[in-house]
Amino acid sequence: MELELKGMLTDLQKLKSSLSDPSQQASIDQIRSRVENLTSLAMTGPTRRTKLKDMSAEVVDSNPYSRLMALQRMGIVDNYERIRDFSVAIVGIGGVGSVAAEMLTRCGIGRLLLYDYDTVELANMNRLFFRPDQVGMTKTDAAVQTLSEINPDVVLESFTLNITTVQGFETFIGSLKNKYFRKNKEGTGVDLVLSCVDNYEARMVVNQACNELNQTWMESGVSEDAVSGHIQLLIPGETACFACAPPLVVASGVDERTLKREGVCAASLPTTMGVVAGLLVQNTLKFLLKFGQVSPYLGYNALKDFFPTMSMKPNPQCSNGPCLERQKEYMLVKPERDAALKAKMEEELSTIEIPIHDDNEWNISVVDDCEVNVVNAQSSDVLPEGLTRELPDADVYQQPTVSKESVDTVDDLEDLKRQLEALHA
Amino acid sequence: MEGWDPTTKSTLTQIPLLTVKAGPRDGASWTQRLKEEYKALIAYTSMNKSKDNDWFRISAANPEGTRWTGKCWYVHNLLKYEFDLQFDIPVTYPATAPELELPQLDGKTHKMYRGGKICLTVHFKPLWAKNSPRFGIAHALCLGLAPWLAAEIPVLVDSGMIKHKDDAVSTSET
Ligand SMILES: [Zn+2]
Repeated sequence: MELELKGMLTDLQKLKSSLSDPSQQASIDQIRSRVENLTSLAMTGPTRRTKLKDMSAEVVDSNPYSRLMALQRMGIVDNYERIRDFSVAIVGIGGVGSVAAEMLTRCGIGRLLLYDYDTVELANMNRLFFRPDQVGMTKTDAAVQTLSEINPDVVLESFTLNITTVQGFETFIGSLKNKYFRKNKEGTGVDLVLSCVDNYEARMVVNQACNELNQTWMESGVSEDAVSGHIQLLIPGETACFACAPPLVVASGVDERTLKREGVCAASLPTTMGVVAGLLVQNTLKFLLKFGQVSPYLGYNALKDFFPTMSMKPNPQCSNGPCLERQKEYMLVKPERDAALKAKMEEELSTIEIPIHDDNEWNISVVDDCEVNVVNAQSSDVLPEGLTRELPDADVYQQPTVSKESVDTVDDLEDLKRQLEALHA
Repeated sequence: MEGWDPTTKSTLTQIPLLTVKAGPRDGASWTQRLKEEYKALIAYTSMNKSKDNDWFRISAANPEGTRWTGKCWYVHNLLKYEFDLQFDIPVTYPATAPELELPQLDGKTHKMYRGGKICLTVHFKPLWAKNSPRFGIAHALCLGLAPWLAAEIPVLVDSGMIKHKDDAVSTSET
């Protein structure tokens, strides 16, 4: 553009000198000054901020972190700057995942790992984050483009793959294990995995990976009718895993039989997705920066503005092998954990002075108002109001005790393949 | 079996059930499971042929048996419409069903997710979950793909979204 403008100025100069009529000189000069203005505008261009080494708490217009560091000054968060140490993996960069990624980027998260195999389409424009000029790009590349402009301090890694395939899963697991970002970190290389996928199959895959790696994760979802959603915290061995019980969803109150599904797969709203992304990242910040209460399960019914909560214990008969192993490990350290909890509670009791008033004028009761429904993962339990199971339980299944030599005459894989091919002929 | 037509129901009950609970990362047990998959597919294909209702071809596209490719077809107004069929066996199989893909129809119908994955009815996933790990590839085709083709192909043809190949075999001779 600069080159074109420069050329235009030269052309104007030539035109001016070739003109004999002095009355036209003034208008040429006017055009020339407009071109010069355009040139200086083009020179400034969009401003890109440079990387910052430290998070400053200084309250100046040029500090992108001043309002976040204020959380620390106000006593909400002990040490906000710790956020730069954390790595969060986001699986599924769709209507929820992309917005969650933007929120964490603006919060100054240390590192984001983004997973998706899809590309941006015009049909995605009813949701937030992606722009029409990104149509055709992979969602991961488009996300990195936008996020790196918003905050160049965040380390972004993108993985364009399908985690449900054998190969994609191996790459997924490998990337979670990689500890280059914080070499002395315990466990895996990430602090939290956020599942923002839109289907049961992919959630089961995230569950598999996190159970195998003993990795804490959060699940999120928006219903296919776009009017309800939920977030859920999953700690392998400690809480129910995603396979412990059929998935819990918020009952939207719309009768499934009256829902018209002809010609459509799923509806979506930027509002519901934005709300769920907000709830998910809020829970993430509380979990990482250790403030407030981290919700074990939080539902959102958009039609009634109802937010059911609960927590779920693991199922000792879970069909997922690694889940059972994590449950065993968790039980083994139970005495230690109980002792630590008791010590912590005693310490808190000795430091907190509860004022005792004889007349309780306002009828205030000092009860823990954060009690949540705790249910066992087995679906026979009564669920809190407003929640329902998405799928039925598997029928009782017994693994064949001894794999007796098959009575079938054919038990050779190659033979079976040939038999099928013969039928195809 | 609420929500299924009588033909699908009776066909389904005749496909042999599988017994080995193993996925593609389970080594030797997966090979055992693969044998069962083939047996069920052989039984289902033979049954279709005997009923003059042969409607798909499928075979493993790699030695591990984790990727499958083939064809499926549907006859509408005496014309045969044929499509490529493909799917991967997910790492969490058989707890979750394979996601069946018809790549040539990608973007042509709303009853499809990105990448040409067909959008299954509300009845499929509950039935699969209930019967895991006894259902296999043959069951997924019978319960997932067959009803999808029957519901969507007539709509796609009548709306002009898909055209019949001129050289396709006409079935009008029967
Ligand atoms: Zn479990």
